[in-house]
Amino acid sequence: MKRWLPLVLFLVLVGFFAKGLFLNPREVPSPFIGRTAPAFTLPLVGDANASFAPADMKGKVWLLNVWAPWCVSCRREHPVLMQIARSGRVPIVGLNWKDKEREAEALLERTGSPYVAVPDDLDGRVGINYGVTGTPETYLIDRAGIVRMKHVGPISNEVWQKRFDPKLRELGL
Amino acid sequence: MRSYRIKRILLVLLLVCVQPALAAETVVTKEAQPNAEDPAIEARLINLAEDLRCLVCQNESLAGSHAELAEDLRREIREQMKAGKNDGEVVDYLTERYGDFVLYRPPFKPVTWLLWLGPVLFLGMGGVAWYMTLRHRRVTGNVPVDEKRLATAAQLLEEDQ
Repeated sequence: MKRWLPLVLFLVLVGFFAKGLFLNPREVPSPFIGRTAPAFTLPLVGDANASFAPADMKGKVWLLNVWAPWCVSCRREHPVLMQIARSGRVPIVGLNWKDKEREAEALLERTGSPYVAVPDDLDGRVGINYGVTGTPETYLIDRAGIVRMKHVGPISNEVWQKRFDPKLRELGL
Repeated sequence: MRSYRIKRILLVLLLVCVQPALAAETVVTKEAQPNAEDPAIEARLINLAEDLRCLVCQNESLAGSHAELAEDLRREIREQMKAGKNDGEVVDYLTERYGDFVLYRPPFKPVTWLLWLGPVLFLGMGGVAWYMTLRHRRVTGNVPVDEKRLATAAQLLEEDQ
């Protein structure tokens, strides 16, 4: 028994390292899960006189998708978002993050928009208040305005099936 | 041969000593946008941001990073400092949004107990192992010598000669 102890300890250590090796360092746990989504009011892309606030979505389950026209992985995600929008299962709000070149309106006109509203976060402050580290990031917000889930990186069909679908079912959708 | 070795050791020591100086310098030059309005705030900002993680390039500090998000966060910190917030309040603002992950020195709390106390724990385990080995050696070292076998050995050695 005593002779095997170093080997056992070594294997435990290897186990920890192996686990660490396969963790995604980008998946930083968000402190917002289970908390109310931060309030904001921003003008809309394409109609600066209108505005959007998370309170407008009270009573609905919705997705807040943080994206930008300069973001390449957002383009990869776009067709999946279009599909979700077409299914009508859950509305998507697209926070246009730090679009200094003012390209969002033209881009959405060209590619089609999966969003019910596109608030314009030019200086990136609202994104920072949500703890955004890069685009795309997507928050699932419930009827009471509480953040239930955050996904970092583009949503693929697989991610949608594995992560979003079960959560939406939980919320009765 | 000997002097070569000494020279090599000296070289290593020299490199070790010089490196922190170089590193400190690069950080200063990267962040060198001396805020003409308020050098005191800028000094506080750099001092604080050295201990904060840039969320984009995760192994860089918020002080030294060129990432756009780091610039934005420095802007936020600067404005909050100007508004009279102390360092603790600024750190709270960041952890509220990004979690303890932004801190290079995680706080001491139940989840991080193992992290902080781990080294002491391992040192203790090493100490125990060391003590046991020494004791074991002392015990086995005192085995009485078998006179008969000693005589046989001496005889064998003699025969060999």
